[in-house]
Amino acid sequence: MSKDFEPVLIGFTCNWCSYRAADLAGTARVKYPPNIRLIRMMCSGRLDPTFVLKALAGGADGVLITGCHPGECHYLEQNYKALRRYLLLRRTIAQLGIEPERVKLVWASAAEGVHLAAEITKMVEEIRGLGPLNWPKWSDNNNFKASLTVEAEEVSA
Amino acid sequence: MSSNGKPKFAMYWADSCGGCEIAVLNIHEKILDFDANFEVVFWPVAMDAKYKDVEAMDDKSILLTLFNGAIHSEEHEHIAKLLRQKSQIMVAFGSCACEGCIPALINLSSKEDFYNTVFETITTVNPDHIRPQTVVSMEEGDIYIPEMYKVVRSLDQIVPVDYYMPGCPPESPQIASVIDLVIQVLKGEAELPPAGSVIGAGNSTVCDDCPRERNVKKIKKFVRIQEIKEVDPNLCLLEQGIPCNGPATRNGCGALCPTAGAQCIGCYGPAEGAIDYGARLMTAFASVIDSNDPDEIEKILDTLPDPAGQFYRFSMAGSLLRASKYAWEGK
Repeated sequence: MSKDFEPVLIGFTCNWCSYRAADLAGTARVKYPPNIRLIRMMCSGRLDPTFVLKALAGGADGVLITGCHPGECHYLEQNYKALRRYLLLRRTIAQLGIEPERVKLVWASAAEGVHLAAEITKMVEEIRGLGPLNWPKWSDNNNFKASLTVEAEEVSA
Repeated sequence: MSSNGKPKFAMYWADSCGGCEIAVLNIHEKILDFDANFEVVFWPVAMDAKYKDVEAMDDKSILLTLFNGAIHSEEHEHIAKLLRQKSQIMVAFGSCACEGCIPALINLSSKEDFYNTVFETITTVNPDHIRPQTVVSMEEGDIYIPEMYKVVRSLDQIVPVDYYMPGCPPESPQIASVIDLVIQVLKGEAELPPAGSVIGAGNSTVCDDCPRERNVKKIKKFVRIQEIKEVDPNLCLLEQGIPCNGPATRNGCGALCPTAGAQCIGCYGPAEGAIDYGARLMTAFASVIDSNDPDEIEKILDTLPDPAGQFYRFSMAGSLLRASKYAWEGK
């Protein structure tokens, strides 16, 4: 593992809680590492496992899924669906040789900027410990053998 | 056009079982229409033909090629490229060519594990630990055997494909209707669908064709179908806890399996619009689990012992991740 490995994380945030928590962390000038790219969704229930798989296949080293605390979903119970998908997804990616720790689910309310920042910091360090995922960039059509030896292009942090 | 004026037809099997060929022959008397309209120039299962004969053909001289089988070796890749060069219309025929199918399950293991399973398990006597070699030297010279790849790929990951015809195998009535369509096109009575289309299948899900009664699904555990004493003949199988892949699977088969009392295993591949078959199915399964407690959910998931096998039985090569780290890293 290279010493200057900077993990790339994709974070999916809920419009009603964790996105606002991240916003709050920003307004309050709470520091967290710049390794995470946050994407806002209307709800963690919108999280299709496709998004996570696409992020991992596309160069992310880890994915953080965030949503409202159990019982506090803006859409009543969609965060529970996110929870079930997440638990199922973790088992599936483990069979594909991906450490399940690379995908994580965190609950954060709109008031928990500090908590979210701490969780992001923690996860970045955990992924730094795991090292890069380096999923192959499958180059389609032609030269099949070469595509297997191609190093994943480095994603600058 | 060939000497007898009929357009040329080819069919090839790469990493496959031969079921697709059986399905083509299963179109019964339609095969006569087919024979009246096409000249078969290359079809290793049905007739003798040599690769060099195909190599000698003019480019684009074959009108229609049905290519079944996944790409697992140098030979498969070579023939896929050769037939692409010689064909006007190339159809990824059957689940293997479309998305890897059963052969692509090897993408969950390393090549070494695969060879060990085949050549070293208790049922195989192999005291010298012999493994396939690509070159074997004999007195008469070297014999070359195509190399097996670490990762199985679908056809469109090797060459551009004009149409996809899913199914394991594609249902014979669907094949017959596609052949009918091509014949009509030849006569100028119909037009080909846009390139890249999925043909011979529906654009919804198996659930849409399934006659079983559906309600709000809430299940406390998954069960294998043979573990249930009596399967309710009219109720949705997933509602009974049987992991039925219908919600994520493209229709076109007429929901044969659930109608007959068995769960859908997903051979028609991802439903229209689904990028990753397994992800779509994960969403469906997660939605029906009747618990909001993480520990209880884990217990329910324990009753689904092989999620990757369940979700990617037919779609591993066509999925977003395509192969496990064990396969592409070779460890």
